[in-house]
This record gives sequence, C-alpha cells and structure tokens, in this order.
Amino acid sequence: MSETKKFLYVNRKAPYGTIYALESLEVVLIGAAFEQDVTLAFLDDGVFQLTKGQQTEGIGMKNFSPTFRALGDYDVTKFYVERESLAERGLSEDDLQEIIYEDEDDDYAEKPSIRIVSRAEMAAVMADQDVILSF
Amino acid sequence: MSTLHTVNKSPFATQTLLSCLGHCQEGDAVLMIEDGVYGALDGSGMSELVKSRAGVVSLYVLGVDAAARGIAPERILSDIKSVDYDGFVDLVAEHDRTQNWL
Amino acid sequence: MQIGVVISEGPYTHQAADTAYNFIKSALAKGHTVPRVFFYHDGVNVSTRLSVPPQDERNIQQQWTALAKEHEIDLVVCIAAAQRRGLLDDNEAKRQGKDASNIAEGFRISGLGQLIEMGIQSDRTVTFGD
Repeated sequence: MSETKKFLYVNRKAPYGTIYALESLEVVLIGAAFEQDVTLAFLDDGVFQLTKGQQTEGIGMKNFSPTFRALGDYDVTKFYVERESLAERGLSEDDLQEIIYEDEDDDYAEKPSIRIVSRAEMAAVMADQDVILSF
Repeated sequence: MSTLHTVNKSPFATQTLLSCLGHCQEGDAVLMIEDGVYGALDGSGMSELVKSRAGVVSLYVLGVDAAARGIAPERILSDIKSVDYDGFVDLVAEHDRTQNWL
Repeated sequence: MQIGVVISEGPYTHQAADTAYNFIKSALAKGHTVPRVFFYHDGVNVSTRLSVPPQDERNIQQQWTALAKEHEIDLVVCIAAAQRRGLLDDNEAKRQGKDASNIAEGFRISGLGQLIEMGIQSDRTVTFGD
C-alpha cells in the first residue's frame, strides 16, 4: 500500500434487530487485510453490540459477538466506547465483554482493546480520521 | 482540519441529529438532507438546540429536500443556509472528511 | 477531487440511492471524478434487472446503468450482502446452483475489499444510507 489512512467504523445501532452491526463487522474483518490504521467507535445504541451474555439460540440467529474478540489478532485493537452512551442506557464497563490484544511492542503484554471515552474525547477521535464509514 | 456532517433523519423520529450536534467540533459543517431537513424548522422543540450550535459550526439544509417536504424558506431557522446538490458537493470538497450520520 | 460513494439502502424504500445519484451528477458536472460506487447492505437491491416500477416513476436501476455507462463508473455490489439478499450474476448463479441470475447491466459483484480500496484511493468518501 502506498499510504496508510485512518479508517473509522462508526457503530450506533443495536445488534440483531437490524443487520448493520453484523455487516459492519464483516467490513472490519475484510478491511483488516489492508493494513490501515483502524479504529472502531461505539456510541448511542452501538454500545449494545459489545455487551456480554448474548444468547441468540431463541431467535435463531448466530451470536456474532465473539468475533470482536478475534480482531486483536488482525491488529484491530482500538475500540472506543462512549461513556455517556453507556450511562444513558444504564450500562457500565462491567456489562461489556472483555476484549484484549497482545501488544507486540510491549513483550506481547495483554491489554484491553476497549477504551471508555467521553463524548468530547470521541468527537476528537472522529475529527482525527481520514475515512469514516457509518453503518 | 474540519468535517462535513450529514444528517438524514428527522430529529423527532430518532436521536441522530442530537448525537451529531453533540459530536461536531468548531469549524465543522452540518448539512441536513432527506428527512433530516425537519431539523431546520424554526419554532420546533429542537430549534433552540440547533441555534445554540450555530455559532460553533456552519449549518446547512439541502433546499430541494425541504421544498419536496413543503417547508417554505421562511419556516427554516435563519442561521441555516440552504444549498443545492452543487453546494453539497462543494461542502464535501471544502471539508477534509465527511461523516454521514445514518 | 476523487469521491468514493457508498450506497447502503435499497431503491424506493429509502431515498439514499436517489440522493446519491443526484449528488454524483453534480459532482461530475463540477469536474470531480467518481470512479466507483459501492453498494452494501440493502443497497445491493439497486442492481436488480427485474425491477418494473410504475411508468410515471423514475427507474432507479436504469438511471444507474446509464450514469455508469456515460461516465465509466464502476458499480460494485458486495458479494456477501448480495448473496444474502438473492442478487446473483451468471457466475454466482451457476456456482450456487440457482436457476436464474438477476444483476443489471453495468453492475458487477465483488468483495468488500473494493470498498476499502475505494476509501484508500479517494480524496473523500460519502455514504448514503439509513
């Protein structure tokens, strides 16, 4: 690749009621092969995509939330989750699944991919991107 | 460096405009298109919030979408400038990135 | 500027495909280039060759086929989204053992990599969706 761009995937919708969360994740997976600087943003109802304990057998759909945990192996390690969006929904960080990556620059130390940020911090992250894909 | 934000949903149907206005930064532009043009109405429950951001970001409405929905120009907030598709294109080129709030 | 366009909702049900079409016509008239349009989610339904809208309504698929031909725009339909929604070209139909294909002229089925590539190569990327 001639240049590296900053790609932001914006997730604002809940999982399962619509396909946006799943198909957004599919773009991230394919996109990982292009070695760009990838960030995932979860705000508004998008924070629901990362909750623990999703049991989908009763609705006949595949639970795709474990796939988020695989992204660390593809160098997708920046998951920004908005604090205000969590609070508005009565959620805390404890409600979210644990997603970690191994930092090869730090002796493969395990670090959390999820970073809880304020609305203002999220806005700053957004303003720093080259390509913003919304689903 | 600045961002052009677009919003295509009515603020009375979803929180999209609210979220957009909560995330844009000084120097950005917000363009209301499609059903998003209802966010440009004066005298609505959203008008004060929209007006409060007018000093921080530039506000635009896609005129043809407002006209299609029977919104007369005098019903649109005075802080909001009406543009056509050419203006939409110019805004995309003028700002460094586009963020489409869906 | 080189502008990349994503359309992520279907024809008629959402205004996305119409707004994108009008936007692109303006962009091209102003001298910008739009080498590719990527169709994702229900946007893949824009590519059906079987649409028969009422006579007095615009024919969205035909508008896109004509625009692409006139301006050499690469209309790319995401294969994964297309398969889910039953949009198949001849190759895919054969591969999947289906008795028909339904992709209109000017559209081609390809992978999500085309979307990322478009983002990398474009000066601006704009998404029309819901």
